[in-house]
Amino acid sequence: MTSQTKSTDLTNPTEMLSGAAMVIRALADEGVEYLYGYPGGAVLHIYDALFQQNKVKHVLVRHEQAATHMADAYARASGKAGVVLVTSGPGATNAVTGIATAYMDSIPMVVLTGQVMSHLIGGDAFQETDMLGISRPICKHNMSVRRPEDIPYLIKKAFHIAQTGRPGPVVLDIPKDMTMPNQAYAYHYPKDISLRSYQPKQQGHAGQIKKAVSALLTAKKPILYAGGGVIMGGASTELTELAQLLNLPVTNTLMGLGAYPAGDKQFIGMLGMHGSYEANQTMHHADVIIAVGARFDDRVTNNTKKFCPDATIIHIDIDPASISKTVNAHIPIVGLVQPVLRDMLAILKQKKKKLDSAALAQWWQQIEQWRTVHGGRYDTTAPLLKPQYVIEQVSKITNGEAYVCSDVGQHQMFAAQYYPFNKPNRWINSGGLGTMGFGLPAAMGVKLNYPDADVVCVTGEGSIQMNIQELSTCKQYGLGVKIINLNNGYLGMVKQWQDMNYESRYASSYMDSLPDFVKLAEAYGHVGIRVTTPEELQPALERAFALKDQLVFLDIHIDPKEHVYPMQVPGGAMNDMFLSKTERT
Amino acid sequence: MRHIISVLLENESGALARLVGLFAQRGYNIDSLNVAPTDDPTLSRLTLVTHGNDQVIEQISKQLHKLIEVVKVSDISEAAHIERELMLVKVKASASQREEVKRCADIFRGQIIDVTPVTYTIQLVGTSDKLDAFIQALGATPILEVVRSGASGIARGEKTLTL
Ligand SMILES: Cc1ncc(C[n+]2csc(CCOP(=O)(O)OP(=O)(O)O)c2C)c(N)n1
Ligand SMILES: [Mg+2]
Repeated sequence: MTSQTKSTDLTNPTEMLSGAAMVIRALADEGVEYLYGYPGGAVLHIYDALFQQNKVKHVLVRHEQAATHMADAYARASGKAGVVLVTSGPGATNAVTGIATAYMDSIPMVVLTGQVMSHLIGGDAFQETDMLGISRPICKHNMSVRRPEDIPYLIKKAFHIAQTGRPGPVVLDIPKDMTMPNQAYAYHYPKDISLRSYQPKQQGHAGQIKKAVSALLTAKKPILYAGGGVIMGGASTELTELAQLLNLPVTNTLMGLGAYPAGDKQFIGMLGMHGSYEANQTMHHADVIIAVGARFDDRVTNNTKKFCPDATIIHIDIDPASISKTVNAHIPIVGLVQPVLRDMLAILKQKKKKLDSAALAQWWQQIEQWRTVHGGRYDTTAPLLKPQYVIEQVSKITNGEAYVCSDVGQHQMFAAQYYPFNKPNRWINSGGLGTMGFGLPAAMGVKLNYPDADVVCVTGEGSIQMNIQELSTCKQYGLGVKIINLNNGYLGMVKQWQDMNYESRYASSYMDSLPDFVKLAEAYGHVGIRVTTPEELQPALERAFALKDQLVFLDIHIDPKEHVYPMQVPGGAMNDMFLSKTERT
Repeated sequence: MRHIISVLLENESGALARLVGLFAQRGYNIDSLNVAPTDDPTLSRLTLVTHGNDQVIEQISKQLHKLIEVVKVSDISEAAHIERELMLVKVKASASQREEVKRCADIFRGQIIDVTPVTYTIQLVGTSDKLDAFIQALGATPILEVVRSGASGIARGEKTLTL
């Protein structure tokens, strides 16, 4: 085993390593600091190689799903691929939800799955599952190792595919006999890789960009609609510059929160199913929509037949398949959002042209009026704690600077609506798949990599129990996450739909016998605080955030009857909304 | 509308499964699929016959492009092209029917490639339409077995789908 620690010279072509050692060494050469995983028979050689070096550190989760979410959240916060290592069979299948979660949100991730020995594949061997078959529809690409000497190339290829173009998870299946410790092969980690069948576009088409600029300049009622592509494409600065240069109103999708600073006056809120009244109205009435790194998801458009009838649509996206998929784009631009926005800015600055200022002023006047209609109001007179108020207070105590990792449900929407994200990569949630159980492992992945930052997990009593076992991992690695459990005693989002569509028949949306979360947190070695009245909230938050390195579980009992509003009326246009339990547009 | 899509694919294990899986996952139709390696053994050439409206066909082509192993995609039915399919048909051909079957095969420029006292096996090459027509033309002749390759296609003229 001296061979793997002896030489650090990457160009030394004579370095001989076992397949297992090559796996770890390739990750180190790729600059990977943390590997999230769980051992088992098929990956024991790899774990042994991991043990014998100190460059790549391993985080032992309590369930493989959590490993995938940790890696995924690291990627969302940093822009770099997270890496997962799990064993074959059940280890691999436990990772499936996390792979699908990353895939739906276009998050770069490399997942190494163990596999039974090559000669046993296809024979229903112990812990054999066809992971390539299972993961095929839920990952960007998958591959298997056929020869140990290919390991460095395949790992490079996995990172290359995961991180370029439209990012996504890549699965590499590694049969156990590819990692035998007693056989050594020449190790060389490729610096770059080029695939003839995969050449994602970088720059946008110059003619299309010119056309888009011209169309934008004729707008009287423009809107800039920015999605997760701006976050993963690192183009917040350019987006902000474009919006401010032309005084455009900006809306962000659930995935795009933080792409444009929420505190700025040109920000009109999130759009879509639970978007702000003003964002949905502005979209609906716009004459030019410039969509950047957004995909006209059904949770945004509502009924596409009634979608924005007057709008000319400019659509910038790295993925041609996202263009004109649900809504026809009049001016499509395929390319990375950052260079495309830069090109647009260059043309605009050179032309020195602005939009018709009188028309724009009138448009803004209309938008300001829309702002006053709902304005994120909620009942502040009720004696029970309101979830919206809790999120506002969390945002205050963290100066709006925290990484907020959310689970899925009403609490997720409250966090998206009431925590103002001023920076990209700070709002971390499962938007596409809507995976309950995502929040805690996601917060762990962020806290581990950003130990000095405030990392909050906003969750519900339903979601948190889907990966509650990770409280143990938090203890082992000293992850001082602050858990904001918006405890309403119900699967609140399900209950809301039952209230609205099923005459409040709460079929299996109430959970009896919830644990005492404070005691539970304590049992895992953490601090638990229960909050049941508005007066208790402030001191509890202060105490929690003062305990810098400690995980604090705030079990906050909120009004179980609260609903998320606005809410688009199913089958309607963008601007058909319920505004409260009694009002609709 | 019927479309003939040609794909140049890396000849790697799993690549074909991924392509076929895409059609199943996204609910696209496959009317026929024909695949074999090209003169370059690292590449496979596929001809896929599908149908759908323009928007569906555009999505199919874009989604195919997204697959990592897909090198090139072309909807060859958008321009002048040649389409050929191979069919092997085994029919019952006892004394009274033998002449009639042979005449029919001749008209369609088919060849009888296997003979027993009671059967003929006919080989026929042409567009898929022509093969359909031949089956119609066999009329009352009892068909024992039909094997079709699915269409293969190529663009007319100098246009090629190569690396
Ligand atoms: C794994 C998974 N199962 C089921 C669902 C469907 N679902 C969406 S929201 C929700 C309720 C979430 O309850 P809770 O975590 O308590 O949050 P609340 O809505 O009460 O804030 C459910 C069951 C889901 N999104 N994910
Ligand atoms: Mg709940």
